Parts: sequence; structure tokens; C-alpha cells
Amino acid sequence: MINNLTVAERQWALVVLLVGGLIGLTMAAVGAGEPFGAHGFLVLFFCAALFFPVLSRLDEPEPSPHAGRSYYDDPIKVGIILAMVWAVIGMFFGLWVAYLLAWPDLTIDAPWASFGRLRPAHTTGVIFGFGGTALIATSFHVMQRTSRARLAGQFSPWFVLLGYQLFVLIAVSGYLMGVTQSKEYAEAEWYADLWLVVVWITYFVLYLRTLARRNEPHIYVANWYYMAFILIVAILHIFNNLALPVSWAGSRSYIVWSGVQDAMMQWWYGHNAVAFFLTAGFLGMLYYYLPKRAERPIYSYRLSILSFWGIVFFYVWAGSHHLHYTALPHWVQTLGMTFSVMLLVPSWATAANALMTLNGAWHKVRDDATLRFMMVAAIFYGLTTFEGSFLAIRGVNALSHYTDWTVAHVHAGALGWNALLIFGVVYAAVPVIWRRERMWSNRLIEWHFWLAVLGTVVYVLAMWNSGILQGLMWRTYTDAGTLQYPFIASVLAMNPYYVARAVGGTMFFVGTLIGIYNLWMTIRQAPAADMVADHPVSVRDEAGERGVPAE
Amino acid sequence: MSVEERDPLTGHKTTGHEWNGITELNTRVPRAVWWAIGITHVWALIIWILLPSWPLITTYTKGLLGVDQRELVQGEIQAGQRYRAYWEANLAAASLDEIRGEQALMDVVVASAPTLWGDNCAACHGMLGVGGPGFPNLTDDAWLWGGSDEAVLESIRVGINATHPDTRVSEMLAFGQLDVLTRDQIRAVAAYVQSLSGLANPNPEVRAEGQTIFEVNCTSCHGEDATGMNEVGAPNLTDEFWIYGGSDEAIFTSIHDGRRGWMPAWEGRLSEAQNKILALYLLDILPDAQ
Ligand code: HEC
Ligand code: HEC
Ligand code: HEM
Ligand code: HEM
Repeated sequence: MINNLTVAERQWALVVLLVGGLIGLTMAAVGAGEPFGAHGFLVLFFCAALFFPVLSRLDEPEPSPHAGRSYYDDPIKVGIILAMVWAVIGMFFGLWVAYLLAWPDLTIDAPWASFGRLRPAHTTGVIFGFGGTALIATSFHVMQRTSRARLAGQFSPWFVLLGYQLFVLIAVSGYLMGVTQSKEYAEAEWYADLWLVVVWITYFVLYLRTLARRNEPHIYVANWYYMAFILIVAILHIFNNLALPVSWAGSRSYIVWSGVQDAMMQWWYGHNAVAFFLTAGFLGMLYYYLPKRAERPIYSYRLSILSFWGIVFFYVWAGSHHLHYTALPHWVQTLGMTFSVMLLVPSWATAANALMTLNGAWHKVRDDATLRFMMVAAIFYGLTTFEGSFLAIRGVNALSHYTDWTVAHVHAGALGWNALLIFGVVYAAVPVIWRRERMWSNRLIEWHFWLAVLGTVVYVLAMWNSGILQGLMWRTYTDAGTLQYPFIASVLAMNPYYVARAVGGTMFFVGTLIGIYNLWMTIRQAPAADMVADHPVSVRDEAGERGVPAE
Repeated sequence: MSVEERDPLTGHKTTGHEWNGITELNTRVPRAVWWAIGITHVWALIIWILLPSWPLITTYTKGLLGVDQRELVQGEIQAGQRYRAYWEANLAAASLDEIRGEQALMDVVVASAPTLWGDNCAACHGMLGVGGPGFPNLTDDAWLWGGSDEAVLESIRVGINATHPDTRVSEMLAFGQLDVLTRDQIRAVAAYVQSLSGLANPNPEVRAEGQTIFEVNCTSCHGEDATGMNEVGAPNLTDEFWIYGGSDEAIFTSIHDGRRGWMPAWEGRLSEAQNKILALYLLDILPDAQ
């Protein structure tokens, strides 16, 4: 892989890694004995681990000049593998947390192993590690294929992919050491946040530059979704994380917002992280891989345009539904509620557009578990958005808020929509990227599919029951007008559901492990395919050199 | 590629574009979608007209219903209070005996006490009030501060070693740490204490030594016969009930390091009626539940 970089790119990489290593060393020195110093060492080791392999191949010959005319898939390969590694890490923490809620003693007596630290390690590991890495890897795939253009440059894709890994590593290791801003889904401290800004802007520029090189007259809708995801996440991230560090040599900082403004900023961010990270970016995936796999045209171009602007417009107003019945003024809550309900239409229109695209391909859905992953993901997307709009109504939220109903909603989306889609997409993309005829074993894909779907259903049903039960117990009064149940009674009542959730989560996790085994065997053993056509051709090229094999 | 084609399956035209094999049909937006957009927007419009919604420069649109969440909450709190008013005032005014005599009030106590207990007291005393190490069993007859109606009400009201100005104050002195007694003396007196409730049967010499130490140092609080003293909250040492435990080690620690139990004061956090509900729960309901 390193040999595919030009010598100039290798040199440039060495310079960047050297600077990174020096920054790490400085952090380690000034923050010695503190988590900040530990993070310095992490940065140092990360850079060194990349520096030496590049250095040892500095004198290898330049890559063949033909290579520049094929798609650049190396970072996609690494990205897919990293995403699956994060899936295991993130879900392991999720599973641990799930078992801990069912059996509270199931941990060791160490600060890092306490619930409050494991939980953000789970959420960040899965959303940003697993989801984010999958988004980056697939976006590289989609942007090249739908633009019929090679990635703009070979250095910046690596910078984005690996720089992002460093961010997630700092974040997750930080939570385990107790480093946190205490803002959900934005717990990472100021230096990690700053670093992410650099990475993210590079990502956006890379996307624009690649699109600018496209050999298609129009930009495919998937790219609109990916770009909305990158652009808006950048804005959200910057505003929500504006903070003043206590010192340049420590990991503490203070957010510039305070009180209810801070709460509003946080949930504007939090909700749109869902909207643009877990929805817009994933819709980009769906719009490419689903029609591709089904080999059917998108049901309606007009519907996709309408939904795109609907989703982008309505989502940014909806954040206040996370703050119903709080100090937030009533009028803000009303706006959040109404926009959340109006948001349902473009959401469902999108889900419908995806499912209608399968018209004429239902026999494939029956036979092909990969396509079925994507189909079920679209259904869960519809389900989750319907539920979300419902939960956003103040009266309903009065029952659901603070209960496991929210957790049910989250995982209907996170497992049923995000994770299932990623698995389907990985199964569809891996043979293409690694030039294999097919995945190693279709039986294992079937196993993975059923374990994942069953696990999700068990998880979500358990949490719906527990959430509604919890909500009802908290609001039941005796004839005398006093509360019927002490809080602890509702905690005890949750136990069977927590056990069920742990079982569902275990199934989901086992499915994931099966998927990874299959992926590994595909890379190592599946028969190679001849895919000469999978490379960019422009009208100009077509007359000249064709058939340069990708890579 | 920019050739419009017709999809044989649906009969719709494509847009004529193609990306890596993907095409798009130019299907019209289904009528149901326009309807759904219409309905949700009309609904939103109605909500905006009725409720506070849009910001203006210095204020916001108040909505025709004129509601505000703060007032709504106030209203609901008052409604709840009105609902409970029929018994709350009566309970507050009556003595525990009067309450015991009136079935309607006792019904309220029975209905509301378990939750009140579970939310406020169970974390320390346990759901059944039997306590645990450091937290006394409240269902037995061994009271630190007395088991009369007044004593229990007062314990709850002012707490023990709490921040209330009238709080009950009690302390078991740290005889070892303060160098009043040597470790051997403590062992002796501990053995003596254990012998009082039949936990141990030390040899007569040790017991005599312990008894002497006890008479000099301990009786001022625990009483001549070691049955405790409600005035200073010192426990009876001759019964089978222990706050911190009757093992060699627990008793040694009690005497060597001292003890200073802490029970929060509830006045200001619980109403008088609630205080009475809990006292009745402790005195009448919980012991029967055992
Ligand atoms: C933070 C823990 C804690 C909570 C909560 C608590 N208690 Fe206590 N309570 C104690 C301790 C400890 C003692 C014993 C103090 C001592 O050892 O001197 C005590 C003693 C008492 C006593 C005196 C017992 C006696 O033998 O005289 C009563 C009565 C009592 N608690 C009632 C309540 C009630 C009613 C509530 C709920 C409103 C409550 N407690 C909540 C810790 C607690
Ligand atoms: C100043 C008064 C005072 C003196 C003197 C005193 N005690 Fe205590 N003792 C207490 C109080 C009050 C408690 C209850 C502490 C609590 O509940 O937190 C107590 C508790 C104890 C306990 C623990 C009982 C249990 O249920 O776990 C033992 C044992 C004990 N005392 C033994 C002694 C011995 C032996 C001496 C003499 C060496 C002694 N005390 C002298 C006030 C006193
Ligand atoms: C093996 C699979 C998984 C298990 C067992 C699991 C388990 C859990 C548990 C136990 C919690 C804490 C709930 C609580 O505090 O009550 C949680 C929270 C969360 N999980 Fe998962 N999880 C899994 C997969 C995922 C995935 C794949 C994602 C995202 C893509 C995800 C996203 C989240 C989020 C966002 C929260 C926070 C929810 C909130 O604050 O309301 N989880 N998970
Ligand atoms: C129309 C679309 C959606 C709407 C209107 C919506 C609405 C809501 C509402 C009302 C809540 C509960 C807030 C609370 O009571 O605290 C919530 C929570 C949440 N939703 Fe959605 N939702 C939508 C789609 C999704 C999707 C597709 C996902 C993908 C995974 C998702 C992930 C989450 C998460 C992670 C939370 C938990 C936030 C927290 O930590 O408290 N939502 N959503």
C-alpha cells in the first residue's frame, strides 16, 4: 500500500507524522502524570507506528504511472477493516454496559471500569468509531464510482481516515481515564475537538476536489447526502464545542455556553448528530448500495430531491424536542415539536423511495441476504423516524423521557438502521474492493442476518416494554393522590427486561463476529474476480487506453 | 450517458442519467406524499396559532390558548395539593393516636406510606426497615431514642447528628484512638460486652477486668445495667440487636474508633403529615409486616 504512494507523498507523510510525533512528545512532557500526558504518548506512538513503515519504504520505486488512472481503493480497504474493529470494540462496551445493568456487580473495582466511563466508551465507539469510519470508507467508494473520478490526491484520504482514528482513540481512551466535557456525544475534550476540525475540513475539501474532477455531468444524490453530512457536522461540532481550556497543558476546559443556552446548543448538536451523522450520511450509503445491489433504478428522482431538502431543512429545527418540560422557553419546545412532526414526511418518503426501488427485485431480497440487510435497514429507518416524530410530541415525551423507551428508539435506529445497513454495505462492497467474485460464505451471511435481526428485535421489544412500564410506574397515583410506586420498585421491575436486552445484544454481537470471520476469509480465500471495467473512464479516455486494471 | 429510457417494469421514464450503473426513474411524487405534507403543515400551523411558538424581536407569539408551561405546572401542582387537601390538614392536626382511631386517615397512611418510605428512607434502612451494618433495625423494640410516638416523630423531624438546629446528638467515643483505653483493655471490655448478651463466655478474670473498665468508662452513657439510655441515644448492649455488629472485630472497632451514626433531618423536606405517616408506618405497619 505504501508503495502505491509517490515518493513525494511518502516524504510529505513523513513530515506530517514527524510534526505529529513532536506535538505528542510535547503533550507527554507538559502533561506528565496526567491524562493529558498519556494522550501525548498515544499521539506519539500513533505517529511512530506509521512513521517507520513509511520510512523503510521511502526508497522503493515510484508507483506505475497507470495506477493514477484507476480508482484509489487502498484507504477504503483499511477503512472497512477499521470500521469492523470498532464494531467489536464499541459493541463489546455496549454489551458490558448491558450486562452491568442486569447484574450490577459484573465489573472490576477500578475507576475505568465503572458504568459512567464505560457508557460513553460504548456510544463513541459505535457511533464515531464504527459508524464514522464506515461513513468515511464508503464515501470514498461512492464519490469515486458515481463521479467516475479517482480520489483527489493520495495523501489526504489517508490523512482523513487515519487522523479520524486518532480522534476516536483519544476520545474513547480519554473517557476511560475520566477525561470528559460531559456533553453527550461530544464528550471529547478541547484538543481532540480541535484535531477533529482539522481532519474534517480536509475531508470536506477532499470531497469537493474529487467531485470537481468528476466525469459525469450531474452529481448523484448520494453525494448530496454525504456532503450535507460532512458540512453540517463540521458546523455543529465547532459551535457545540467552543471551549476555553483551563491550561494548554491539561485536559480540562470550560464550554463558553452556559445554562439553558448550553442545553439548547448541546441538543441542537445532539439531535443533528443523529440527523446528519446517523441519517444523512447513511442515506448516502443507502442511495448508492441499494440500487446497485438490486440492479434497479431509483424509484423516483423527484422524491429523492424533495426528501433531501425536506430532511436537511426540518432536522435543524427539531433539537429542542430533547428538552421538553425543561427551563427551555415553551415556544422553543413548540417549534421543536412541530418541525419534528413535519420531518416525518420526508423521512418516510425516503424510506418508501428505497423500498419501492426494490420493486422488481423482491426475488433478490429473498435470495440475497446482503440486499435483505439493506431492505430491513430501510424498514427500521421508517420505524425509527415514525417513533421519533411521535416521541417529539410533548404529551408523549412526558411519558417517554428519562425512560428506556428512548433507549429502545435509539437502538431501533442504531442497530436496525445504522448497523444493519453497514453490514449490508460491507458485504456488497468487499468483493468489489478486493476484486473477489463474491463473499466467502453466503451461509454465514444468512446466519449473521438472522442473528442481527433477531437481536435487534429482542433488544427493542425489551426496552419498549421496560420503558413504558417505567414511565407508567412513575406516574401512577393512589386514591389518596400520592405516588403508587417508590422509585426503587421501578428499578426492580426493569431487571427481567435488562436480562432480555443483554441476550438480544449478545446475539447481535455474535452475528457481528461471524461477519468479521467471513470478511477475513473473503479477503484471504474467496476466488478472485476479473473486474477490469471497474475504473474511471472519461469520454476522452474511452478512445485511448481502456482496460487499465484498477490498482 | 444521457439517454432517456423507459423502465420496462414500471413503465416510467428514467431521468437519462447514469452513475456507475445506477439510474433514476422520473416517477412523479406520489399524491399521498403531498397529502402528508399538507396535513402535517396544517397541523403545525394550528399548533402555532394556539400555542407559544415563534420568536419576535423582544417577545414571542403567545398563542390563542394563552398557555405557558410554568403556569401549567403551577396549576397541576396546586390541583394535586387540592386533591390531597382533604386528608393532609387532618393528618397534620391530629395526634398519632387520633389517627389510629380514624379509619379514613389510616387508609391514607396505609396507601401512601410504602412509597414515601421507599423513596426517602429505604436507601439506608432497607425496604422492610430491618437496616444493615451501620443502620439500625427499626422494626424491633430496641430504640436508641425511644419508641414512643413523640420520640419517633422527633427523631425523624430533627435527625441524628444532622444539620438541624435541634438535632439529636450522639457519639460513641473513640476510646482507643483517644488513648483512654489500651488495646488489651478494649479486648477485655469487648469480651465483657459480648458476655452480656451471651455471645461469648470469657474466663472470669477477663470478664471481671472488663466489667471494671465498663463501670468506669461506659455506664455514663450505656447505663448501670448496660441497657442503654434514650437521652443520649446509647444502645442497649444486652440484647441481640446490633447496629454495627456483635462480632469481636465489630465491637473492637466500635470501642477503638468510636461511632457516630448520621441520620438526616426531615423537617422542611417532608411535611408534618408525611412525618406522621412514616412514624405510623414504623410503629404500627412495618413490625406487623415482618
Ligand atoms: C442517610 C441514611 C438514612 C436515611 C436516608 C434515613 N435514616 Fe433513619 N437513621 C439512620 C441512621 C444511621 C440512624 C441511626 C443513627 C445512630 O446510630 O445514632 C437512623 C435512625 C433513625 C431513627 C431512630 C431509631 C431509634 O432507634 O431511635 C428513626 C426513627 C429513623 N431513623 C427513621 C427514618 C425515617 C422515617 C427515614 C425516612 C424519612 C429515615 N430514617 C431515613 C440513617 C438514615
Ligand atoms: C458518650 C457516651 C458513650 C460512652 C461513654 C460509651 N458509649 Fe458506647 N455508644 C454510645 C452511642 C451514642 C452509641 C451508638 C452510636 C451510633 O449508633 O452511631 C454507642 C455504641 C456502642 C457500641 C455499638 C453497638 C452496636 O449496636 O453496634 C458498643 C459495642 C459500645 N457502644 C460499647 C461501649 C463501651 C464498651 C463503652 C465504654 C468503654 C462505651 N460504649 C462508652 C455512647 C457511648
Ligand atoms: C451489541 C450491541 C449493543 C448493545 C448490547 C448496546 C447496549 C447499550 C446499553 C446497555 C446502553 C445504555 C443504556 C442505558 O444507559 O440505560 C446503550 C446506549 C447507547 N447505545 Fe448501544 N448497544 C449496542 C449497539 C449500539 C450501536 C451499534 C449503536 C450505534 C450505532 C449504539 C448506540 C447507543 C447510543 C447512542 C446510546 C445512548 C442512548 C441514550 O443516551 O439515550 N449502540 N447501548
Ligand atoms: C424523524 C426522525 C426522528 C425524530 C423526530 C426523532 C426524535 C427523537 C426524540 C423525540 C427523542 C427523545 C428525546 C428525549 O426524550 O430525550 C430522540 C432520541 C434519540 N434519537 Fe431520535 N428521532 C428521529 C430519528 C432518529 C434516528 C434515525 C436515529 C438513529 C439512530 C435516532 C437516534 C436517537 C438517539 C441516539 C436519541 C437519544 C438521545 C439521548 O441521548 O438522549 N433518532 N429522538
